Amino acid sequence: MATVPVAASASPSPSASEAPPRRRRRAFAKFARNRAALAGAAIVLIVIAVAALAPWLSPFDPVQADFLHVRSAPDGTHWFGTDELGRDIVSRMIWGARASLLAGVISVAVAVAIGLPLGLCAGYFGGLIDIVVSRVADALLSIPFLILAIALAAFLGQSLTNAMIAIGISAMPRFVRLARGQAIAVKSEEYVEGARAIGLDDARIVLRYILPNVLPPIIVQASLTIATAIIAEASLSFLGLGQLPPAPSWGSMLNTAKDFAGEAPWMSIFPGAAIFLTVLGFNLLGDGLRDALDPREH
Amino acid sequence: MWRILVHRVAIAVPTLVLVSMIVFGLQKMLPGDPVLALAGEDQDPHVIATLRHQYRLDRPLPVQYALWVRDLMHGDLGKSLRTGVPVSALIAKKLPVTLQLATLAMTIAVAIGITAGILAAANRGRALDHAANVLALSGMSIPNFWLGILLILVVSVHWHWLPSSGYVPPTEDLWLSVKTMIMPAFVLGAALGAQLMRHTRSAMLSVLHADYVRTARAKGLLRTTVIVKHAFRNALIPIVTVLALLFGELLAGAVLTEQVFTIPGFGKLIVDAVFNRDYAVVQGVVLVTAVSYIAVNLFADIVYVLLNPKLRHR
Repeated sequence: MATVPVAASASPSPSASEAPPRRRRRAFAKFARNRAALAGAAIVLIVIAVAALAPWLSPFDPVQADFLHVRSAPDGTHWFGTDELGRDIVSRMIWGARASLLAGVISVAVAVAIGLPLGLCAGYFGGLIDIVVSRVADALLSIPFLILAIALAAFLGQSLTNAMIAIGISAMPRFVRLARGQAIAVKSEEYVEGARAIGLDDARIVLRYILPNVLPPIIVQASLTIATAIIAEASLSFLGLGQLPPAPSWGSMLNTAKDFAGEAPWMSIFPGAAIFLTVLGFNLLGDGLRDALDPREH
Repeated sequence: MWRILVHRVAIAVPTLVLVSMIVFGLQKMLPGDPVLALAGEDQDPHVIATLRHQYRLDRPLPVQYALWVRDLMHGDLGKSLRTGVPVSALIAKKLPVTLQLATLAMTIAVAIGITAGILAAANRGRALDHAANVLALSGMSIPNFWLGILLILVVSVHWHWLPSSGYVPPTEDLWLSVKTMIMPAFVLGAALGAQLMRHTRSAMLSVLHADYVRTARAKGLLRTTVIVKHAFRNALIPIVTVLALLFGELLAGAVLTEQVFTIPGFGKLIVDAVFNRDYAVVQGVVLVTAVSYIAVNLFADIVYVLLNPKLRHR
């Protein structure tokens, strides 16, 4: 029984080191042919650029009130009009892109940073660790994402940072489950048994052989979860539990805009469209990455 | 079959216990000493000690948890810190409103999602399939509170077709109740319908290639009969699970929808509680939501086993 893993042990490194670049090239080629995915990537890049260049792109100060131009309709000076305090909506949207992207990326980073190691350990070691981690993940998953985020934001306090932590914790169980499932599937592969047979310790096996195989679906899930996290941040800010005024965020802009929907529709149309397009971009990108990296799932 | 069902129930029990621990733990995350906050200006040590005893904060943490669970078992979710009304009574009053909204939204989601999913799968690669996919992706990407605001703008402000907010109980005026609920239900159902469409399409595509569907076609059956009677009935099995999983999103989406349309339901209750720092209500709503989610999914698991002949006869 030991001969197979030992025989395989001679080849795990070469096969494991040769396959990924080829797989990566194939995945990249497949991604590059997918027009919807490229459109998604383009939208995401544009939003990133806008967020990064906010100080240079923003035509006005996003928090500076101008009571002479309260709720002005879009014109040559204020392209998307002004809000209830006369602030330029384009400028607030440009700066709001930072809050949305930061919330999306940081909360998913929190979720991956906690969920990935927990899922890997649960899947690889099994036993009691697996039972405890899986049950906690199940319990967290049974509290709907936004309800848990609202509750955590309520108990942690209202701020963008707390909203990000709350969204990250709520999204974490998805990564635990995914990493656990992948780790279980990969740990019985011959090259992993081979690595074990040549005496590699658990930490090195997990990092060298399990993790690289777990990463592609995690990347796919991360890009799709960024979309969910952006909506979650906008939802929390819309409810007044995210970005605190006067700092702009797309969700908080909609929170005030809903009270002026009749008189100043531009206040709600443009920030909402920004959330919609950004989330659509991440969803298209995520779908494209899934098709390219993880065709079995599709 | 019984072994599978017992296993499903056995998994639900520890999940419930852990959920109760998480919800109990929420109040421990509050910064500062809650008793000092309650005592306010009056920092008399005697008052503080009485409050600490009243809220059992002078007991060890495991004892506090055990007593809290004992109260839960008796249906006691605590009292609203603001109004003194029992949380269970508040939830019982608001829940029917949200259930009405959720039922209507789920009906819309099922009608749109399943029909579009079947049509997309039956016309794979054609214009209808592409259109359904674009709509589904848009439905999943649109924030429902924004969709709500847009609909209010168009349907209520410009066309004056439907009221923009408020709630009328069906027992009072059924027609007006439906009129006030239809727009929020559509907003809530749209995103769910989009997800349901993608799952239905995918489930249908996997069964449309099965041998028994090919046999049914070879027998010369009508295309519609093959799709509805042979393919859809089998695709329905995974869809039941998806519907149960979407129940959580339905409740979460209701929070935002109720906020946009000023509906006095379960979702508005938690948001108002957050702003009033009424933590007992927040805890109660989270707990009831999680328990209903677990119950709905357990029910779906049982239906799944009953619907699936392979599992039923095990």
